[in-house]
Amino acid sequence: MRPPTARPLSPHLQVYRLLFTMVVSMMHRVSGLFLSVCSFLYVGWLVAVSQGPDAFARTTRFFSSLPMRIVLALALAAFWYHLFAGLRHLFWDSGIGFGKSTARRSGAVVLAGAALAFAATLLLTPAGRFLAGAP
Amino acid sequence: MSAGSSSASRHWRNQRLTALALVPLTFWFLAALLRQPALDHATVSGWLARPLQALLATLFGAALLWHSLQGIQVVLEDYVGGRLHTVWLTIARLLHLFGAGALGFAVIMLLRSGAA
Repeated sequence: MRPPTARPLSPHLQVYRLLFTMVVSMMHRVSGLFLSVCSFLYVGWLVAVSQGPDAFARTTRFFSSLPMRIVLALALAAFWYHLFAGLRHLFWDSGIGFGKSTARRSGAVVLAGAALAFAATLLLTPAGRFLAGAP
Repeated sequence: MSAGSSSASRHWRNQRLTALALVPLTFWFLAALLRQPALDHATVSGWLARPLQALLATLFGAALLWHSLQGIQVVLEDYVGGRLHTVWLTIARLLHLFGAGALGFAVIMLLRSGAA
């Protein structure tokens, strides 16, 4: 497990003028790192289910608290964003959509799609009521 | 694992495979969770103790943890060099290994409670 010292690090971000496509790209990484943390919440929740009613009730109370409901709402938003932005990456991987104006447009589609899907999940599924604090 | 071009292209391909696997698995989890009539222990453990559902929950967790580690590795390669790179990568690997262990433990306990 040698550190890849021979590889160059990414150029320092602060030397660039911030562009829309850069923001879309950085948000993909930020949402991904946030979802990394949340994947451990999933594992913890599964362990709680396996440990019986008392442990599960404690975990449910924990997830129903306001700070955790904010985390879960952010996770839901991050999931939709990361899904749309990830699909955009898969299109790029297959050689589609590299033009500058295409990349700007697909970036806008990612933002709009994620916002719409997030709103639809809140309004059309029980997730919205849970995140709003319904018992 | 992070040296050599063949391991780099394998990492690239595996990251896309886990990404593709996560699309249906995440939709399965969210849809199944939101479709439970209630989120009390009896309902949730009854759902997840069924063999196929337990398998899907395991695949979802495994793909999630693997994709998470792959993504963190790429971010570390881009922004963290030298000794710190090894330190952070080792921490991330240990955490994800621990997560995988906890996932396996939880699923085995769930299946045992479902069989009893």
